[in-house]
Amino acid sequence: MSKKIAVGFDGSESAVGALDFAVSMAKASGSELVVAHVLEWSPYTFLTPIELEERHKRRKEELERAEKAILTPALDKLAKSGVKVTTALKYGHIAETLIQIAEEHGVDQIVIGRNGHSQLSSRLFGSVAGSLAQAASVPVTIVP
Amino acid sequence: MKKFNAAALAATATLVASAPAMASSIDETVNALFASSTGWFVNFIFSPFPGTSFPWIVAWLVVAATVFTLYFGFIQFRAFPHSISLVKGDYSDPNDAGEVSHFQALATALSGTVGLGNIAGVAVAVGIGGPGATFWMILAGLMGMASKFTECTLGVKYRNEYEDGTVSGGPMYYITKGFEERGIPLGKPLAILFAIFCILGAFGGGNMFQANQAHAQIANVVGEFPGWITGVVFAVIVFAVIVGGLKSIASVTEKVVPFMGVLYVVTALIIILMNADKIGWAFGQIFAGAFTGLGVAGGLVGALIQGFKRAAFSNEAGVGSAAIAHSAVKTKEPITEGFVSLLEPFIDTVVICTMTALVIIITGQLVSDPETGLYLLNEGASTIQTVDGNSGVALTSAAFSSAFGWFKYVLAIAVILFAFSTMISWSYYGLKAWTFLFGEGKTTELSFKVLFCVFVVIGAAANLGPVIDFSDAAIFAMAVVNIIALYLLMPVVKAELDSYLSRLKSGEIKKFH
Repeated sequence: MSKKIAVGFDGSESAVGALDFAVSMAKASGSELVVAHVLEWSPYTFLTPIELEERHKRRKEELERAEKAILTPALDKLAKSGVKVTTALKYGHIAETLIQIAEEHGVDQIVIGRNGHSQLSSRLFGSVAGSLAQAASVPVTIVP
Repeated sequence: MKKFNAAALAATATLVASAPAMASSIDETVNALFASSTGWFVNFIFSPFPGTSFPWIVAWLVVAATVFTLYFGFIQFRAFPHSISLVKGDYSDPNDAGEVSHFQALATALSGTVGLGNIAGVAVAVGIGGPGATFWMILAGLMGMASKFTECTLGVKYRNEYEDGTVSGGPMYYITKGFEERGIPLGKPLAILFAIFCILGAFGGGNMFQANQAHAQIANVVGEFPGWITGVVFAVIVFAVIVGGLKSIASVTEKVVPFMGVLYVVTALIIILMNADKIGWAFGQIFAGAFTGLGVAGGLVGALIQGFKRAAFSNEAGVGSAAIAHSAVKTKEPITEGFVSLLEPFIDTVVICTMTALVIIITGQLVSDPETGLYLLNEGASTIQTVDGNSGVALTSAAFSSAFGWFKYVLAIAVILFAFSTMISWSYYGLKAWTFLFGEGKTTELSFKVLFCVFVVIGAAANLGPVIDFSDAAIFAMAVVNIIALYLLMPVVKAELDSYLSRLKSGEIKKFH
C-alpha cells in the first residue's frame, strides 16, 4: 500500500525546509506527496460594498496567483526528485483546512514548517502548528 | 441640481477668499438656497390624504409591508431560525470558501443602514411623537422584514453577472429584467425613475443627513463652529476613498463599525438595567403613547407617523437600497439571501432603535407636566420639551451621558464612523444608479463621485430641518417606485419560496455543517 504525506506549503523559507524534509521521507518510504496551500479566509469578516462586488473576480485572481507563484515552482522543483506529487489549493482557516485536505486525500501524515511568530502573537492568535497538533487525526511533523 | 453646484462653487470660492468671520453667513446662504430649491419635492412626498394629517407615503409603506407579510404567510417569523442557520454558514458549500458569504453580505448591508437613523432618527421620532412612536417603530420594523425579504430575493435573482466575475444588482436590474420576463410594460422607464431617486437618496439620506448630524455631534463635544469646516474635512476623506481608491480607510471603517454597534447596544443595555425599576414604566409610556398620544405633537397620529417614518428611514425596508448590497452573495438560491436580509430590519430597528428610544425615555430626557403627566411642548407645539432643549443626535447624546459622562465622546466617534460607513455604502448605491443611467466609464463615475463630495459640504453646512426633510423625501421616493415593482414581481418570489421550502423539506437542500 502506497503511503501519502501532506505538506503545508506557503512558499516561505520554513515551508521550503518542510518540503525538503517531506521529499526525503517520501523517497525513503516510497510515499506520494500532497503539496497543500491554504489561502487564509473567514466567512465572518467585514467588507465594503466594492469589495463584495469584486470578490468573485479577486478570488479567481488569488487562486491563479497562488498556483503560479507558489505551487508551480514547488512542483518544478520536485519534478527531478522522482516522487509522485499532487497539489491542493483551498480557502479557509489554515489548520482546519489542512486537516480537511489531509482527510480528503487519505494522507498518513502532515508535515509543516515552523513559522517565525513570537510567543505573544501565538498566544493571542494561536499558531497553525499548535492547532494542527491538537486537532489533526494523523501524525503531524513540524520542521524547524 | 444646478443650484446646488452654484452654491457649492460659491462656498468654495468664498472659503478661499474670506476669514472665518464670514463662515456663519456661508452656512446661512447654503441653507436658504437649499430650503428654497427642495421645498416642492418635500411637500409632494409628504402631502397628507385630503382632509387628514396622514401622509400618503407612510400609508404606502405600511400597506406594502402588510401585504408582503400576509402574502408570504408571516415569513419573517416562520423563516427566522432558518435565516440564522444561513448566516452561520450551515448551508454554505465549503468549496465556495473565498466567495462572498451570507454573513458578509448581511454585515455590509447592515453597515449601510445602521447609523444615524438609529441614533439621531430615533431621537427625532421620540422628540416629536413621544414614547408612543417607539411602538409604531418596532411594529414597522417587524413588518418591514417582509418587504426586505421580497426585494433582496429579487436583487439576487435578477442581478447581472459580468464576464470578469463582478456582479451588479438592485431594483434597476430587477425592474428591467423582471418586467421583461413577465411581459410587463414600462420596465425601463420605471427603472430609470428609480435610479434618479436613488441618486437623490444617495445625496440626501446617504450623505447630507449623515454629514449634518456628524457635524452636530462634533460641535456638541468641542463647541460650536461653522458646519462647512466639518463638511470640507469629511469631503476630503470621502474623496480619498471613493476617488483616490484609498481602500484602507474604508476597510478599517468596515471593521470598526460593527464593534461600535455592539458597544452602543451593550452600553444602552447597561443604562437600561441600571434603571431596571423604570423599565415597566417606560414600556407603559410606550404603549399608552402609541394609542392615546399622551398629548404629544399631533397626538396618536403624530406618534404613528413619526414611528413609521423613522423606522423606514433607518432600516430602508421597501426602499430598494439593500437589494444592491445583498446582490453580491455567492448562492445558487436567490431566496436564501431574502431570508438573510430579513434579519436586517430586525437588528436595525427592533433591536438597536428600540435601545435608543428606551435610553431616551428611561433617563427622563422628555419634560412632562408633574400634575397631568402630559408632555410639555415647545413654542410652536411641534416638538416635546427636552431637559436641555436638545434634539436629534444631541438628545441621544444627552441621554447616554446622563448615565456615563464619558459616553458622549464614544458616541461622537461612533456617530462619525457610522456616518462615514453609511456615506461609503450610499456612494456605492448612488454610483450603481448613476452608471445604470449614464453607462460605465471613468468620466461618468468621476463626475458622480465629485458631486457626492460637494453634497457632503452642503449637508454639513445646512440646518437640520431642510436637510432631514429632503433626505426623507428622496429615500421615500425610491420606495414609491420600488414597491410598485415588488407588487408586480412578488409572484416570482413566491414561486422561489415554494420551490425552496419543498426542497428543504425533502432534504434536497443539504446542510454542510
